[in-house]
Amino acid sequence: MIYEIRDLHLSLPDMTRKPLLGATPRIEILKGLSFDVPKGAVLGIVGGSGSGKSTLGRAMLRLLEPTGGQIKFKGIDITHMNENQLRGMRQQFQMIFQDPMSSLNPRRRVGGIIAGPLRLHGVENLPAKVNEALDMVGLPTTFARRYPHELSGGQRQRVGIARAIALRPDFILADEIVSGLDVSSQAQVLNLLADLVRELGLSLAFISHDLSVIRRLCSRVLILHKGEIVEEGETTELFESPKAAYTKELLAAIPLPDPYQKWDV
Amino acid sequence: MRDARGNIRRPIGARLWLSGGWLTLLALAAICAPLIAPKDPLMQDLFLGRMPPFWMEGAEPGYLLGTDSLGRDVLSRILYGARLALVVALVAGTLTCVAGATLGLVSGFYRGWPDRIISRFVDIWMAFPPVLFAILLIAVLGPGLLSIIIAIVIIDWTRFARVIRAEAMSQGAMDYVASAQVAGRTRFGTMLAEILPNVLPTIVALLTLEMGIAVIVEAILSFVNLSISTDSPTWGGMISEGRTSVHQAWWVLVFPLITLFLTVLSFSQLGEGLKDRFDPVLR
Repeated sequence: MIYEIRDLHLSLPDMTRKPLLGATPRIEILKGLSFDVPKGAVLGIVGGSGSGKSTLGRAMLRLLEPTGGQIKFKGIDITHMNENQLRGMRQQFQMIFQDPMSSLNPRRRVGGIIAGPLRLHGVENLPAKVNEALDMVGLPTTFARRYPHELSGGQRQRVGIARAIALRPDFILADEIVSGLDVSSQAQVLNLLADLVRELGLSLAFISHDLSVIRRLCSRVLILHKGEIVEEGETTELFESPKAAYTKELLAAIPLPDPYQKWDV
Repeated sequence: MRDARGNIRRPIGARLWLSGGWLTLLALAAICAPLIAPKDPLMQDLFLGRMPPFWMEGAEPGYLLGTDSLGRDVLSRILYGARLALVVALVAGTLTCVAGATLGLVSGFYRGWPDRIISRFVDIWMAFPPVLFAILLIAVLGPGLLSIIIAIVIIDWTRFARVIRAEAMSQGAMDYVASAQVAGRTRFGTMLAEILPNVLPTIVALLTLEMGIAVIVEAILSFVNLSISTDSPTWGGMISEGRTSVHQAWWVLVFPLITLFLTVLSFSQLGEGLKDRFDPVLR
């Protein structure tokens, strides 16, 4: 197992209801989630806005500390590890962010962006590794000298992918990585990600609000609603016979190419 | 693949040329003052008092911009005054920048209790009227170059702290900070390697602005006779002396005033120009 997550709770201070004096009330975002990510799995995490899917992702990468429950990564309990303990492990779980414009430092060249994490983990022969990573995501190696703002949205997201895979992690979290791209770039980035996952034998958690994207990419799906898992299962099964009412609602909202035609998976 | 954007060369621009040119000229004048000044800036000649500049009736040859009421050469005094003005601008400006920007960066990026402490200090500091505070400080420290520099740093660090704190806060919310954490960078390392380069253009713009302000503060302090001792010429001192005789000899006031004005303007324009060039997104 890559991830074993049991009864995960997470609450954050709610600044909008902060009283003049006294403690800030906390808002519960994740209300006891339990699920596993088996090795080599591609897990889709679906939910509307405010469902807690991004918070769940950030908790899995321990950018946020859970307030209850347990997260095990490859059998190691990382729930309450501090940053110093986590640092040595961080190489093994990486993340691709939603907005590549914000997640790539605008003052660094692409080469520096990809080399940064490698240098931190003591990888040698950096230029070769950077070129290799660029090559794997289908960008010319001359792009190493460019700044992020000189790239298109799809190219930027490829840089984000290159940075994540360059460390050769066991697990990658992709948080809404195609929601800012046009449809043809979406397809290219998704195909690239699917190929890389297969080639490198990665485990992937793919957060999205877009069910048609999940359906193409993921083997298992987890439907999140208001901080709780409403349904979990194999993609094909779940799309064919959804059980929870919320899942049915979500599936009904997918625009069909031909509205008279029913889904056949 | 050719990179088309890389080939576009942006002209340096009139703003950068003019302000940079004036400051270079001033720096040269300050360094070479003993060589190029036509007269000794302290030499008094009471028979040659209040001589007008060269193009006017009754001008004395050799005194290009005229003399003040004690018969000292205005041009020579301006040239020597540039030395002090530039030393104050560079040293006080830089020290203020380093102190203020460091505190601003820490409070904006780390938030929490360092931010609360530093921000309260800034609030308290800014409640003092700056000129009064400076006069009080100099009165305690005693007049002199070092006192002026210390006074400027102590009063003006808040300007940097405020602005850089806000900038660091907005940069800290960007995903590249989270991605540095995912990569395993320390908080301190993230601050230096990721945040600092992004607030640097603002720091540069503020620094040059502060250099201009330092020149002004020195002039203000000369005005109340709290700057350097009267025997080393300063622009502020010249302006305050010229003020008393402005109806008989306007040049004693006007020439140092123009020099001061151009210098402060150049500093602020240089900052704006540099900020644009520093930014790879605008470049």
